[in-house]
Amino acid sequence: MLELEKKRILLRDSYGGDALTPEPESYGRMVWRRFKKHKLAMAGLYVLIFMYALAIFAPMIATQSYEAVDPPNKLKPPSREHLMGTDHVGRDVFSRVIWGSRISLSVGFVAAAVAVTLGVLVGATAAYFGGWVDDILMRFTEIVMAFPTFFLLLTIVSILERSIFNIMLVIGLTSWPSLARMVRGQILSLREQEFTEAARALGASDARIIFRHILPNAMAPVIVSATMRIGGAILSESSLSFLGLGVPEPFPSWGSILNAGRNYLLQAPWITTFPGIFIFLTVLAFNYVGDGLRDALDPRLKD
Amino acid sequence: MSEYLLEVKDLKKHFPVRSGVFSKVTNWVKAVDGVSFGIYPGETLGLVGESGCGKTTTGRCILRLIEPTSGEVIFNGQDILSLGRGEMRRLRKEMQIIFQDPYGSLNPRMTVGDIIGEAFTVHGLARGKERTEKVQELLEKVGLDPYHARRYPHEFSGGQRQRIGIARALALKPKLIVCDEPVSALDVSIQSQILNLLSDLQEEFGHTYLFIAHNLAVVQHISDRVGVMYLGHLVELAPKEDLYSSPRHPYTMALLSAIPVPDPDMRKQRILLEGDVPSPLNPPKGCPFHTRCPKAVEDCKEVRPELRELTPGHFAACHLA
Repeated sequence: MLELEKKRILLRDSYGGDALTPEPESYGRMVWRRFKKHKLAMAGLYVLIFMYALAIFAPMIATQSYEAVDPPNKLKPPSREHLMGTDHVGRDVFSRVIWGSRISLSVGFVAAAVAVTLGVLVGATAAYFGGWVDDILMRFTEIVMAFPTFFLLLTIVSILERSIFNIMLVIGLTSWPSLARMVRGQILSLREQEFTEAARALGASDARIIFRHILPNAMAPVIVSATMRIGGAILSESSLSFLGLGVPEPFPSWGSILNAGRNYLLQAPWITTFPGIFIFLTVLAFNYVGDGLRDALDPRLKD
Repeated sequence: MSEYLLEVKDLKKHFPVRSGVFSKVTNWVKAVDGVSFGIYPGETLGLVGESGCGKTTTGRCILRLIEPTSGEVIFNGQDILSLGRGEMRRLRKEMQIIFQDPYGSLNPRMTVGDIIGEAFTVHGLARGKERTEKVQELLEKVGLDPYHARRYPHEFSGGQRQRIGIARALALKPKLIVCDEPVSALDVSIQSQILNLLSDLQEEFGHTYLFIAHNLAVVQHISDRVGVMYLGHLVELAPKEDLYSSPRHPYTMALLSAIPVPDPDMRKQRILLEGDVPSPLNPPKGCPFHTRCPKAVEDCKEVRPELRELTPGHFAACHLA
């Protein structure tokens, strides 16, 4: 009996060495285990957790009001009282950066969500219906892509009322086309995969094929792209704010703090340095997390 | 002679070639251009030919995974090309397919249990515990362990994955299974295991195979009768022994002469074919094989030879046979 069991284990081992772990892991756990192996992605994840914690607990962390001006104390270098110094009207840069994380991070998140929703909708519709629907949607997408995005942003922002909500919407509305194309390509290739064909041969309904076979496989690159898109949206918001077209004063965003400091680059470099570091770290972190997710979500990559 | 389980009559599939801004149809690829044959219940019909000869398209058309351009596919006395969507879906229980690529044919996001069990769910045949039991039984039938049901396809080797694909095709106990080059992507050592498994399963369940391959040796092992395709046409169809011992079509002769013989003392006359397969965009007039045929005469360039019964059960499409 024991002999037989041994033989069985040997046999299973020759299949691929998974004999000793007969309990399979769930998909989520497998992704997490593989994600953890990506060191930069894990570092990025910690940075992001830190940033979002700052944003959530801003009222407790910020030492002073973000809008209280104190002209006699303007352009003061970092000190115990003002951890990151003060700006040209004497506002505490540290408190402004902390409060600014709320705006920058939420703009990034919502704008990316808008872009992903639009992109998936347009891309999936085009791929699913094909024919002239596909032609029209894709030509439209290409037209939007051909626009110089940033100038489009500038134009729309200068027409619309400048509010946080509008900024989010505008960034989202200009960044969906590449996603739409990616989703369409994914679905087109998945539709031709043999496992989709196998499902059709079994007699599965269209809805079943779309929701069980195509969408779950198309989602991984969408998640990855969405993650990176948040970083991109934060950059767009910062650029808009830097040009004075972002979130209106006195609300701080990392970009608008940079904008305020740009006239004092040499006199008071701390005004620009600190929000710059925050933007840089956050965008970098999002990119690394996206990278890590791409590797972790791809079931074809063996670990 | 007994009744055919499946009969294919003058099956054609022409794919449009589109080009230009307005996607105008500029040409047609005649992937399958008038193929007729029948398969008896319980037998294995091998279908061989080079890449691009239309054998895979033929298999897909029979299952209506590709809609044929014209022709008839009669399954169990019923012309399936005239069936509506609902009727076709019900009929799919009777005919299944095993794919070539053991990687692309299994959904990487589903567990093996869900992949095999999908058939039961789709046709409302079993659910929950009953489904699990049926899946486990199938896994054992194809030489895997029941606990494999909870794993994902990427945890398996190519040969094991092909076994999963076979279990999926077997789930509904179909009458006909189209095997689309089921061993071409596998190591030679695994190929024979899978071929033997397919034979054993046929003995147990009594289903019929249409076995598509590009390797005559593989087909010889498993088939009862063999059909040879060239450029969208069936050029020869005969019982296995007949075909291998006395081929009548020059193309079949050339193919057979290319099979290596594991005996260094036996020198065979190899027939080397000149040139390439003509493009199916612009197939030659007359006999499709005349551009490469060592025996071609004037007639071959003009008149297309029909598939004729030369001796009982042995068909060939050649003027000279």
